[in-house]
Amino acid sequence: MSAPKLPETLTAKDYASDQDVRWCPGCGDYAILKGVLKTLADLQVPREKTVFISGIGCAARFPYYVSTYGFHTIHGRAPTIATGAKLANPELDIWVVSGDGDALSIGGNHMLHILRRNPNMQILLFNNQIYGLTKGQYSPTSKVGTRSPSTPRGSVDSPVSAAQFALGANARFVARAIDTDQKHLPETLKRAHTHDGASFVEIFQNCIVYNDGVFSAFTERAHAADTQIHVEHGKPLIFGADRDKGLRLVPGTLDVEVVTIGDNGFTEKDVMFHDETNHWLAALLAAMEPPNFPVAVGVLYCDPATPYEANFPQNTPLGGSVTSNDDLNGMLRSGHTWTV
Amino acid sequence: MNVAPAVPRPQAPREELESVTVRFAGDSGDGMQLTGSQFTLATALAGNDLATFPDFPAEIRAPAGTTYGVSAFQVNFGAREIRTSGDAPDVLVAMNPAALKVNLDDMCTGGLIFVDTGAFTKRNLQKATFDDNPLEDSSLAKFRIMPIDMSAQTLGAVKPYGLSNKEALRCKNMWALGLVYWLYDRDIRPSADWLRQKFAARPELADANIAAMKAGHAFGETAEMPGEISAYTVPPAKIEPGEYRAVTGTEALAWGLVVGAHLADLKLVFCSYPITPASAVLHTLANLRQHGVVTFQAEDEIAAVGAAIGASFAGSIGVTSSSGPGIALKGEAIGLAIATELPLVVINSQRAGPSTGMPTKTEQSDLYQAVYGRNGDSPMSVMAARSPGDCFEVAVEAVRLSTKHMTPVMLLSDGYIANAAEPWRIPDVTGLRRFDRMFHKEIEGFHPFIRHPETLARPWAPPGVPGLEHRIGGLERDYDSGDVSYDPANHQRMTDVRAAKVELIGRDIPPQNVELGSDSGRLAIVGWGSTFGSINRAVENLIDAGLEVAHIHLRHIWPLPPNLHTLLDSYDKVLVPEMNSGQLRTVLRAEYLVPAHGLNKVTGQPFRISEIEEAARRLLED
Repeated sequence: MSAPKLPETLTAKDYASDQDVRWCPGCGDYAILKGVLKTLADLQVPREKTVFISGIGCAARFPYYVSTYGFHTIHGRAPTIATGAKLANPELDIWVVSGDGDALSIGGNHMLHILRRNPNMQILLFNNQIYGLTKGQYSPTSKVGTRSPSTPRGSVDSPVSAAQFALGANARFVARAIDTDQKHLPETLKRAHTHDGASFVEIFQNCIVYNDGVFSAFTERAHAADTQIHVEHGKPLIFGADRDKGLRLVPGTLDVEVVTIGDNGFTEKDVMFHDETNHWLAALLAAMEPPNFPVAVGVLYCDPATPYEANFPQNTPLGGSVTSNDDLNGMLRSGHTWTV
Repeated sequence: MNVAPAVPRPQAPREELESVTVRFAGDSGDGMQLTGSQFTLATALAGNDLATFPDFPAEIRAPAGTTYGVSAFQVNFGAREIRTSGDAPDVLVAMNPAALKVNLDDMCTGGLIFVDTGAFTKRNLQKATFDDNPLEDSSLAKFRIMPIDMSAQTLGAVKPYGLSNKEALRCKNMWALGLVYWLYDRDIRPSADWLRQKFAARPELADANIAAMKAGHAFGETAEMPGEISAYTVPPAKIEPGEYRAVTGTEALAWGLVVGAHLADLKLVFCSYPITPASAVLHTLANLRQHGVVTFQAEDEIAAVGAAIGASFAGSIGVTSSSGPGIALKGEAIGLAIATELPLVVINSQRAGPSTGMPTKTEQSDLYQAVYGRNGDSPMSVMAARSPGDCFEVAVEAVRLSTKHMTPVMLLSDGYIANAAEPWRIPDVTGLRRFDRMFHKEIEGFHPFIRHPETLARPWAPPGVPGLEHRIGGLERDYDSGDVSYDPANHQRMTDVRAAKVELIGRDIPPQNVELGSDSGRLAIVGWGSTFGSINRAVENLIDAGLEVAHIHLRHIWPLPPNLHTLLDSYDKVLVPEMNSGQLRTVLRAEYLVPAHGLNKVTGQPFRISEIEEAARRLLED
């Protein structure tokens, strides 16, 4: 019997490389790797067109562990290399993997520019608010007062908010996810992959060695429902174990507040709906922090614009030089020439 | 107003000259660069060989009338082969006192100087730091001075066109150009055509400028010039037959990259960040998008080189371009390209350093940076262009070597070559040999660092091919598998193989030739880059004077041509003139233990032929 050969279905395992994964036991990166591999399998992406590009840091070892094409580059510069690869071959499906130090310290400038240019690719920022690979120094997202080998009396630098930075850089897709949330992480990554343009995903990632539990205020299972809000386009901004807390725009201001439905006469009608195309709302959601607010996760902002590479009409897929001998002879002879 | 009557007077027969150097100098707003490039074009069309030297201030518009705001353009042209922009100008056109002040010391005794007396106001004289008006004392006695009120002459000539006084005065560079056209019997028509094209939107400006140019020309024909000033003719040079055009180093370099990518059947992705004097390559390529060129103006130098590396990884030829300070920033990424063994062309249009140095002045002081300037043992191929036209060939060769040997190549140009122009015989692209297709296709036995047995190059396998998925990076990798490795013996082996790979390029380049003179003797003068013309003419003069001197000029600085050692050993002495403190000399001494002598100059100005002749004579006397 010769049945027609069905296209092979790839499993998450097929997207894993043959290399030993070498993160610290218990590192949040394992969970993110698992989520990414599951996403790739769910999407059945062609491995030969998929490229993982990273800078330097623990997170940046990621490409070695994925059985696609990969490029582990230099500190902070992954966005630049990804941009060049996209200009060379717009058909490549590129994932940039970066940490908070890589993306927002040494590479802050490149992150700003890749977001405003908007090439079609996924940019994952593993934020653990600490430098892991260089052994525990504070990072640009560390809270003031973070004690580290380079700040023994506590850091004094004001931290940057990754999501607010991305919105300020004119990113057209900004989302947040949590490493261990294996339900929402792949969902958010799939949305990012669907988005046509640069999609920025901040993933809260736990560094078990140098900053263990830094996000436990909103990631601990016991109180997560009351300290996180999963935003969904078109759905009311309601959260809480009892689904009784909502976000309300304070009348006459540009401020949000948390209200309890049933208290002080507040009803569901007082609660805002999430509109992911609203830049102002995204900025408000991105700025919310514990203890007064829940942390917003999910797609905070998605408002597609023409991807960067589409603005290069000469940007043909890989296939070589698009010009001819005659064209080039014409180029060399443009302007005044004379014959001797 | 004193406008000469337009009545032709009997002309003395034109005196025939073999070669002439003319310098136009004025305020940076006077349009001297345009004037010079128009004169260059007319001279090329007249069949002379030529070389130019544009010299302008770093400021966009330095305060008018000051010495630091002087902009100049020098053209050396002749009935013989021209190799430099000329030592001392025979003719200077000085549009104001500052231009006269700055350029006077360069003039040869007896040189002819046209000055615009209309600009010799008390205030301009003060700004130029003249105590007295030099036109009214004897301080200029060793020159032939021709004072003309060019400003008034121009205003008179353009009066019918209804321009404002300011606009009308801006035509005086064309008046001066017309006068020099008369002096050397040039055809003004190409410049008139060019003006019509340039001012297509404002025909009255085109007409006014053409009228000014014609008036300057007519002035020469009709005015009562002093007896010692006559008109000249410079017959056409003996030039190899073919189709020619004038090119600057920038244009030739840009075209060479496009043609090189075409010969390799690759898309050119050019990534750069603006810096003087390298920006012009970006500007030129940005206008060539119809030829499949992608240009990317990055946010900084590091992003530029990063994007170029990303493009090469993805299967295009990535090129980045900068000047020394920008190359310094690119250093870490160049190391990544060396480690991952990807093609990459890095262009360095050198300028005077250190740090910001003198952005608009030329130097050759980035040779150490090119050969040694990275962390770790990180050898890369380094090439240098010798003249504007040569930039084309060197750019094509850089693409070939980089893609064939899977290694970054640094191409050294400099501010002088970038801006200078010369006639160039246009090649027929159809006749150029295409490079071998370089992408790896074989899945069996593939890993990213298997090596070609002859070149030791690794395979280039851009994303897109099923079965060749692989990971590369800056971490050291295992020789046998390509996986990350910290094994001590493996690092030794990989370091050795990277060096051997670059060394093997030496077998892929032509053996070093001798440009002039015999391949042994008393003295070899060894140069590289833009000093070619000065050295070559100096050596010719010395040989004509009966001295045993040879000229060797390096295109390949790393690896050096394998026969160079033996060649240098066959001379008693070696002299290395460089516009730096002795960088190639150090390399030659280190590599070959030859007792090379240096002739070093870092004034921001090219070598004079006479400086090299003197140094050679001194060395021969010892």
